[in-house]
Amino acid sequence: MPDVRDALSIGKRSDGSLVRRPLSPHLQIYKPQVSSATSIINRVTGIALSVGLILMVWWLVAAASGPKSFATAQGFVGSPIGLILMFGWTLALWYHFFNGIRHLLWDIGWGFEIKTSHQTAMIVVAATVVMTVICWIIGLAVWL
Amino acid sequence: MAQNDKISVTMRQTPLGRVKGLGSAKSGVHHWWGERVTSVALIPLTLWFVFSVLSMAGHPQADIVHWVSHPLVAVLLIALIVASFHHTQLGLQMVMEDYIHEEGQRLIWMMVMKAIVWLLGLAAVLSVLKLAI
Repeated sequence: MPDVRDALSIGKRSDGSLVRRPLSPHLQIYKPQVSSATSIINRVTGIALSVGLILMVWWLVAAASGPKSFATAQGFVGSPIGLILMFGWTLALWYHFFNGIRHLLWDIGWGFEIKTSHQTAMIVVAATVVMTVICWIIGLAVWL
Repeated sequence: MAQNDKISVTMRQTPLGRVKGLGSAKSGVHHWWGERVTSVALIPLTLWFVFSVLSMAGHPQADIVHWVSHPLVAVLLIALIVASFHHTQLGLQMVMEDYIHEEGQRLIWMMVMKAIVWLLGLAAVLSVLKLAI
């Protein structure tokens, strides 16, 4: 059944005939831009962090279950797979953290100009890398 | 548009509903606002949690128990759990609304996702309470 929202996706060709415009998100149609790339990475990191919450729950449940289950959980985090996952999640966390702040700034009406939004995108990427490195330096220093 | 009858549009709202302005904005704003409030709360909570956990990397379970046994830590942990799981639920809901087009499937996946998020969140809160009390 046609939806009322379809009215918004009807456009005209140069010869005047009507055409149904593609609905967003159509990643294969739009040219990649800083705005769309930072937006989709925000979503991907958000999904990754949702999965990462399972590890946080495991860590808490294991701690509440006793020293043995806690050692098992800790052993997984310290294993090669665990460390790779943790590294990915640290990156995802800081990206989502800083880009989330960027979104909040947009929400209060700041930073919409293309130049500013490109600058803040670069700040987000730089801050993500810096915070990830800091976390791993601290984490490894405490752990080893 | 009027002279072209090839494309027809069906209104899903009743005329009364249109006049009263009933639509997604009634509950949509609630979802949007919930995301904003939880993200603001998660800024300090995340910083606190990440650096607290990092300072205990590799420590035995007894150290974690001692840490959570402080009421302030337990309260902040529960606040972090509630805010992050609520934020997760709202975010995943938006992703599903965007990408799952078939209504029945969307409903089922949404319920599965919310059930998992709720159960994980409850397990996390219960663990904190068990460690704290």
